[in-house]
Amino acid sequence: MTPRARERAQGVVALLSGVLFGLGLAVAGMTRAEKVIGFLNFFRGWDPSLMFVMGGAIAVHALAWRLLQGRPSPLLSARFLVPTRRDLDVRLLLGAAIFGVGWGLGGFCPGPGIASLPTAAPTAIVFVLAMLAGSYATARLDPLVTRALKRS
Amino acid sequence: MDIPLDWIRALQGGALIGLSASLLLGLNGRVMGISGIVGGLLAPSAGDVAWRALFIAGLVGGGLVALALMPGAFSAGSASLGLVLLAGLLVGVGTRIGNGCTSGHGVCGISRFSPRSVAATLTFIGTGALTVLLTGGGAR
Repeated sequence: MTPRARERAQGVVALLSGVLFGLGLAVAGMTRAEKVIGFLNFFRGWDPSLMFVMGGAIAVHALAWRLLQGRPSPLLSARFLVPTRRDLDVRLLLGAAIFGVGWGLGGFCPGPGIASLPTAAPTAIVFVLAMLAGSYATARLDPLVTRALKRS
Repeated sequence: MDIPLDWIRALQGGALIGLSASLLLGLNGRVMGISGIVGGLLAPSAGDVAWRALFIAGLVGGGLVALALMPGAFSAGSASLGLVLLAGLLVGVGTRIGNGCTSGHGVCGISRFSPRSVAATLTFIGTGALTVLLTGGGAR
């Protein structure tokens, strides 16, 4: 396969993967904010169904990863680009903690927020724009903060 | 025993999510983490933009198809716009600092038995639950 054809094939795969992901989120109930909040509401009338979303997704993907590990590379690219770090650090846990607060406030995480854009609900649009702003600002400020800390 | 329909739908939707993550990893070698895919578009580097843009286009397209087939699958919750703005900012900041969200850590990372992703997932479910508890189960 020529590099150009390979790149095109990768684009088709990405598009298809995105479509399946969006459909999966909607089927699973992840695009209903109050259902997500019901799942996070452990103390009053907990709705456990979203546990089955993660369960179903992990069952399929863990099996796929097991099968893929026997292969030297993905079908359409040179190597698997997966994170290999295994140590825990403050950044990881702090970031996850902040994300969780936002998730619990709005009932949206990034995927369902973007998949809800076609509804044109102001809530979905504001959520996605704010998420982009937060992510962008953090990426821009992060090197500055790191450098300042190093100098002090 | 009757299994609630919601649980069956959750499993089916989850399987679709697992399938889409497996396609992206098995064919393209990429992790299907939404905050990471979007993050790469906000700081674009050459040769690394098209697949991300196409994935996000597909995600919006998948949402559009779902909206046509099952409009009841979407609802925006009861939070006010101001609160949603804050929620979005926190999600953007947190996923960038913590390198991932529900899909990247919660599905892809746990599937590879990554201790970092297990810890991150327990953390964001924990602070999410705490937030819902403190706001009385559905903030306005």
